[in-house]
Amino acid sequence: MVMTKEDIIQKIDDFLIDEFEVEEEDIAADANLKDTLGLDSLDFVDLVVAVESNFGVKLVGEDFVNVTTLQNFYDLIERKLH
Amino acid sequence: MRRVVITGMGIYSCIGKNLDEVKTSLYEGKSGIVNDQERLDFGYRSGLTGMVDEPELKKLLSRRQRLSLGEEGRYAYMATIEALKNAKIEDSFFDENEVGVIYGNDSTARSVVESTDILREKKDTTLVGSGAIFKAMNSTITMNLSTIFRLRGVNFTISAACASGSHSIGMGYHLIKSGLQDCIITGGAQEINKLAMGSFDGLGVFATVDGDPAKASRPFDQARNGLVPSGGGATLILESYESAVKRGAPILGEIIGYGFSSNGGHISTPNVDGPSRAMRNALHDANIDASVIDYVNAHATSTPVGDSNEAKAIYEVFGESNTPVSSTKSMTGHECWMAGASEVIYGMIMMQNSFVAPNINLENVDEDAAKLNIVKETLNKKIDVFLSNSFGFGGTNSALILKKC
Repeated sequence: MVMTKEDIIQKIDDFLIDEFEVEEEDIAADANLKDTLGLDSLDFVDLVVAVESNFGVKLVGEDFVNVTTLQNFYDLIERKLH
Repeated sequence: MRRVVITGMGIYSCIGKNLDEVKTSLYEGKSGIVNDQERLDFGYRSGLTGMVDEPELKKLLSRRQRLSLGEEGRYAYMATIEALKNAKIEDSFFDENEVGVIYGNDSTARSVVESTDILREKKDTTLVGSGAIFKAMNSTITMNLSTIFRLRGVNFTISAACASGSHSIGMGYHLIKSGLQDCIITGGAQEINKLAMGSFDGLGVFATVDGDPAKASRPFDQARNGLVPSGGGATLILESYESAVKRGAPILGEIIGYGFSSNGGHISTPNVDGPSRAMRNALHDANIDASVIDYVNAHATSTPVGDSNEAKAIYEVFGESNTPVSSTKSMTGHECWMAGASEVIYGMIMMQNSFVAPNINLENVDEDAAKLNIVKETLNKKIDVFLSNSFGFGGTNSALILKKC
């Protein structure tokens, strides 16, 4: 079954809150992954792990080149899945 | 040369998760050994092991800090927060002083195996996650503790087999004694899991027992048939006497001697000369006669050859003094990389509370140990000075002498 955009967003928000311990109130489409959500370079490695286990998609470093906000990240996963 | 004192201690072990619990176990001669069916199912010859609960750190450390901390590091952290609390050291102290860390550790088997298993399955190194490297290096404990507590002094790990914890204290002692550091977090930690001890079990040196696991570790007893692996974490805060006095810290004891040696012999079979020289070197460093020592905490792991040779070595040095001796491994099992630090803490607890913990399960003393004054049952006795032995594979030996302040 193809995941809807809403399903993708929900799943990403869930692992950011549960696994990355991002504050729920900080979750917003325009949130900057580094400055707002507090993710550092090591966390980006764990984002690759989380995406693989949640979506079965393998990301590489280059995939993150233009990913600054959470919306960029949602879009990246949607592109990879569809 | 400066005096070196202990201002804090913390312990997370199979006989207690803090100093009070451990004191009770030591006094009551209570064993922490269990039989672990999972090990037998995994192919171990012996399922016997010391066992501790894994600490819950979610409320104590951030996700990033937890991700980098393997099993042995989690035990070390628990021991360290107790030690710092007892030493009355708060976070601000680390900002204002150059505090170091030297810790004993000699394996990170579980972390290595778990990440390798992921790699084998996923065929992608990124998928082992960001914490894997920091958990897998032998210096995992010092790299993590120095990061968590923002330490700015000396920072390295001692890997010296089952003498790692003892040498970490010895190294810390020397750096403070010589004036290079004022305060160092020292100790030892040991992972407890089936991935860590399989190759050791494979040597056939682990104890087996029919019935009560508490009877398995029996140092110096004729019926001993091997050691029982164990683990946890043990931390001691070493400080110059001047620093301790200046900040009004509790002074729990003083390190007055550290002796070390290498056997120059077999990789696993210990001899008599190496341990004997380590003890004599410690006495020489402390500038005291053997008769001044009130208690010897033996390394004795419950192996046939190891205990016999240590008994001979202790007799060589302490035979005339008839010094009381016990091996707390009869209760804890062999805490390996942690043992040299935990056993200094056990000795310190005895010195603070005026008793000698028993060498439990000593029913028929063996020929060599019969010449020693081995304490079979808890002995209420004032201790002013004690010596703690630690030996390891490769013939590394360490002896530390502690004095009441």
